[in-house]
Amino acid sequence: MSDQAYNFAYLDEDTKRMIRRAILKGVAIPGYQVPFASREMPMPYGWGTGGVQVTAACLTPDDVLKVIDQGADDTTNAVSIRKFFVATAGVAVTEATDQATIIQTRHRIPEAALTAGQILVYQVPIPEPLRFLEPRETETRKLHELEEYGLMHVKLYEDIAKHGQIATSYAYPVRVEGRYVMDPSPIPKFDNPKLSGNAALQLFGAGREQRIYAVPPFTHVVSLDFDDHPFSPSKANHACDLCASDTSYLDEVITDDEGGRMFVCSDTDYCASRRAGGHVGALGAPLATGKAVQ
Amino acid sequence: MTDLSHTFAAAADKPLLQVKNLTKRYGARIGCADISFDVYPGEVVGIVGESGSGKSTLLSCLAGHLRPDQGEVIFETAQGARDTVLMGEAERRRLARTDWAYVHQNPRDGLRMGVSAGGNVGERLMAIGARHYGGIRDKAIDWLGRVEIDAGRVDDRPSAFSGGMQQRLQIARNLVTAPRLVFMDEPTGGLDVSVQARLLDLLRGLVREMGLSAIIVTHDLAVVRLLADRLMVMKGGHVVEAGLTDQVLDDPQHEYTQLLVSSVLQV
Repeated sequence: MSDQAYNFAYLDEDTKRMIRRAILKGVAIPGYQVPFASREMPMPYGWGTGGVQVTAACLTPDDVLKVIDQGADDTTNAVSIRKFFVATAGVAVTEATDQATIIQTRHRIPEAALTAGQILVYQVPIPEPLRFLEPRETETRKLHELEEYGLMHVKLYEDIAKHGQIATSYAYPVRVEGRYVMDPSPIPKFDNPKLSGNAALQLFGAGREQRIYAVPPFTHVVSLDFDDHPFSPSKANHACDLCASDTSYLDEVITDDEGGRMFVCSDTDYCASRRAGGHVGALGAPLATGKAVQ
Repeated sequence: MTDLSHTFAAAADKPLLQVKNLTKRYGARIGCADISFDVYPGEVVGIVGESGSGKSTLLSCLAGHLRPDQGEVIFETAQGARDTVLMGEAERRRLARTDWAYVHQNPRDGLRMGVSAGGNVGERLMAIGARHYGGIRDKAIDWLGRVEIDAGRVDDRPSAFSGGMQQRLQIARNLVTAPRLVFMDEPTGGLDVSVQARLLDLLRGLVREMGLSAIIVTHDLAVVRLLADRLMVMKGGHVVEAGLTDQVLDDPQHEYTQLLVSSVLQV
């Protein structure tokens, strides 16, 4: 593959302009889903075609890119998207959250606080928070237009009626600046508080559904709830077995077929940097050996 | 059977709904033409006629589902009389979920079949800003009781309900926000006779108890005889006869009304 085979960041300049216009409109109207002419990308729908297009439109040759999938830098989706941009844009890549200027994420917000100037790009499968209650697109647009959001609470009502509590644990609906109700993509509701007042620019791209929306820096984002069932971000009641953090979001890892399990940070960069700083969890070993105690 | 004193007392007030020269055409064909009438607070108006006589078109125009070609529909809102044809869609939809209610002939059109009975009743409450789960649920259970649905079924989906129960649930869902005007399109259509009778009994009780105004479209004369204070008979898009229900049914003047009354089957 020659260096001239692709325009910078794969998409042609006109397409990137079109996407940038959609992004600007999204930033101007926080939480509003802006339609855009999503292109076919060389990866299947569901693998982040929307996020990749938004990232491509934002990238400059000086950017440092980080890609995470469920918080991890080393899973298939993250690795392949990172390789894609290395091949088509030749930008620098990193696993360190604080060194990245653009972070494309699938379903997590990094544990480390983001800073001004960083862009967080989310991959969104279904951008319409009302979709499963109201299948008609014409009707959901009207509901957004007229701010008729009672339906969103019907979903939460059903949760409590069925499970005794709000059981929605990811893709938890939020209201942006008191106006648009938005699906924050399937991030765990543990991450919802980080949406609000974040210093970074947050962009959401849905490739199949052809929608882009945005939460500009320091925007007020509220998770919906009931007065007597307030929103509560939740995580496994455990500390990370590798780095002993008791504040990070944890993945449960089955280790054998006899009920053995361990909890580890879903954010691999956060976990690695804590271990490098000398924190050791219940099943962890000092970083030098690099292996968990069996 | 009709409570005349009630009607006359209400007539002293300002009309809740005034319809003036309402016309709706479908191309060259007439849906309904040049219809004028008033509905007073607490009054139930029946509209009867054969299939294709324009009664459902008229109801849709009144409820804002269709845009009439001519005429005015003036509703006495809390802020004064407003022409609902001219008001913006946002305002009309707000009216539709607060002061108005619409009971569909087929409960599947008026219910969310994938949402529990409690959620169905609670939706209108949440749509106008209720955000207390316990309060919403208590009110939903209270309303299920008022339409004779067992409180134990509050978490069941309407698809698990019989046709009659679905229709009663739809009525509960509509009346929970205490609307002032209810539009009903064949509320007893498709139900068997004993269930119809029970539903009518229930509706009559609720309408009287809550002082509702209602406009009921039906082709069933028994329904209007039981529920309606006043009656309009439609044919070919025009109102051919109007008056107090018992007067129209007992002494029909227009030939079509005479035909209609005489063709009711006697058992």
